[in-house]
Amino acid sequence: MPYRQLAQVIRLIDIVLRLAPVTVRVRSPFRSVARHIERFYGGLPADSALNRDDPFVDFDIRLVGGANWRRWFRPQARFLLDESDPFLPLPASQAAPLFEWGLNWCFATRPLGYLVMHAAVVAQGGDALILPGFPGAGKSTLCASLTFAEGWRLLSDELAILEPETGELQPNPRPISVKNESLRIVSAFPGATLGPAYSDTRKGTVAHVAPPAASVDAAEQTARCRWVVFPRFTADAPTTCEEITRAEAFTRIAEQSFNRDRMGEAGFHAICAMLDGARCFEIGYGSTADGLGLIRDITSERTAQ
Amino acid sequence: MNDVRSQSAHLIRSLNDPSRTDGLTPPGWTALIRAARAANVLGLLAERLRAVGLVAPAAPQRHLDAALQLGQRQIRSVRWEAHALQRALDPLRIPVVLLKGAAYAMAGHAVSRGRLFGDIDILVPRSAIGDVELRLMVAGWASAKSDAYDQRYYRRWMHELPPMVNVRRGTVLDVHHTILPLTSRHTPDAARILRETEALPGLPGIRVPRPTHLLIHSIVHLLHEGELHNGLRDLFDIDGLIRAFGDDAFWMKVVEASRELDLARPVHSGLRLAHRVIGTPVPPEVFARFENADAGRRTSPGLQLLYRQALQRGVEEKTGLLPELAAFGIYVRAHWLRMPPHLLLRHLAYKAMMRLKNDEPALAGRA
Repeated sequence: MPYRQLAQVIRLIDIVLRLAPVTVRVRSPFRSVARHIERFYGGLPADSALNRDDPFVDFDIRLVGGANWRRWFRPQARFLLDESDPFLPLPASQAAPLFEWGLNWCFATRPLGYLVMHAAVVAQGGDALILPGFPGAGKSTLCASLTFAEGWRLLSDELAILEPETGELQPNPRPISVKNESLRIVSAFPGATLGPAYSDTRKGTVAHVAPPAASVDAAEQTARCRWVVFPRFTADAPTTCEEITRAEAFTRIAEQSFNRDRMGEAGFHAICAMLDGARCFEIGYGSTADGLGLIRDITSERTAQ
Repeated sequence: MNDVRSQSAHLIRSLNDPSRTDGLTPPGWTALIRAARAANVLGLLAERLRAVGLVAPAAPQRHLDAALQLGQRQIRSVRWEAHALQRALDPLRIPVVLLKGAAYAMAGHAVSRGRLFGDIDILVPRSAIGDVELRLMVAGWASAKSDAYDQRYYRRWMHELPPMVNVRRGTVLDVHHTILPLTSRHTPDAARILRETEALPGLPGIRVPRPTHLLIHSIVHLLHEGELHNGLRDLFDIDGLIRAFGDDAFWMKVVEASRELDLARPVHSGLRLAHRVIGTPVPPEVFARFENADAGRRTSPGLQLLYRQALQRGVEEKTGLLPELAAFGIYVRAHWLRMPPHLLLRHLAYKAMMRLKNDEPALAGRA
């Protein structure tokens, strides 16, 4: 088919991806986006044309060039969801990270009945650990370490997606975005494969790490929140661990929720129900090894009880 | 995509007859949900499907359920705001009249079901506008427009204060003192609307316009807005009000009130548009009465065509040249109606200059 060959040559991408719990269509003329998807989402399918048997699409995403002259002069990338253009354009070289940020934004703003929180989520079996993300608190590094060094299953490094009906957390295993100093730590883990580093983004230098294949294979298996741990990393700080009440955890996790308010009563009850089965901790640590040690102590009490 | 020629036509048919969605393919659902969201009628679609007991396949149903949930949350939020307005403005002893979405929701009109909205609109007597602004500021609302030009634009020429945002809740409040800009070609007497309002239980200071005025305002708003982002939603508001109240006595009052307010022509056009585009039941004799009320004038076919074309813009996945031109035509017409030519020229020149400075697209996208 000439169209397909042409699409291969110019790397035009038009693909429907199942990214549990949603189905996403991505279209883009950017080579970097095509390569990113090939690398992290299992390559291009044999035929990307839509037909009647194709699934329902939750997010219809396009990454396109800048408007008017910004297509050529200092080229830009824009993220479109349907027809809406929610972000300021970024330099074209950042099209792939823009795709990941934009996709997170879709989950946070598109009402789908899920309560969505800014947190990393990992699990052992069906027991999930939530690490809510205050910027700079060390959430992503800890999450990557638990995933690659301690064998936890990755649900997501950015989004805790809670189904209020069942109280279960929906996995959304996608590339982990690692920033700045953490790049060195994470790249040393066995099994961690890093994509290209994007420098000078809003968040500094960013690179993506592929989620473990086992986590992707288990993307449709939900988990139940057992532990909520608020991490606080300060270089060389002493180790602290304090159990906090569910009421306190509620207020702090509600702050990290994108849509609790918009979900009204259902959002309130969903967080309450999630915390009912969980123990909540605040930890302070000065090195990744210390952080992992604390998590080990907290989560091993499950067997001790 | 699919065999659907026009997505907006398909959307309107699905809203009018939800059973048509039975047996829709997954791509068909993708297109329908996308079009409904673009036209801001996703909640309405969900409500209409639910009313006839239709359940979509699981994935699109999530979008529909979430739209219903958001609608319920917004109604709760409007109630909260109405009580906050009552507390803030009660000492002034003036009628504070809710308009549009907030009025439908608080009066419990059927048209509020599944309707999503952003801002809350209120109408207050022009003589009290200064006190109202001050009291609102004390109660936590702040002006959202900080630019001196915008402030002056609203205060000297418009029919409302610059939008106010509640600093704690982030809700946006539009305070009107009449229903069309001061510089507009039509100058309806807002005092009449303020006088003939209905009370709300438990909220002595807050009132809603009577259904006749709600309908007239909804139509006038649609025909004077420069951008038709919510055009189809507004048409379904008009449709919903007519289906709820449209007996013969109601129509008599609509014709009478339109004439009194000097709005017979735009109301006539709006009714014709709703009738033609979404099949709103308007009896033929009502059109005849409007012709009489407006010195025998018929509605302009050109204007009808302009709106029918422009309504497709944004709803269709790919918009043709005609809807784009029509949307531009409506933008120009709205400004033409809004202010006399010398003011318009000044205003547009200033806006164009600012746009160049900020490197902004002319018609910004919606989130």
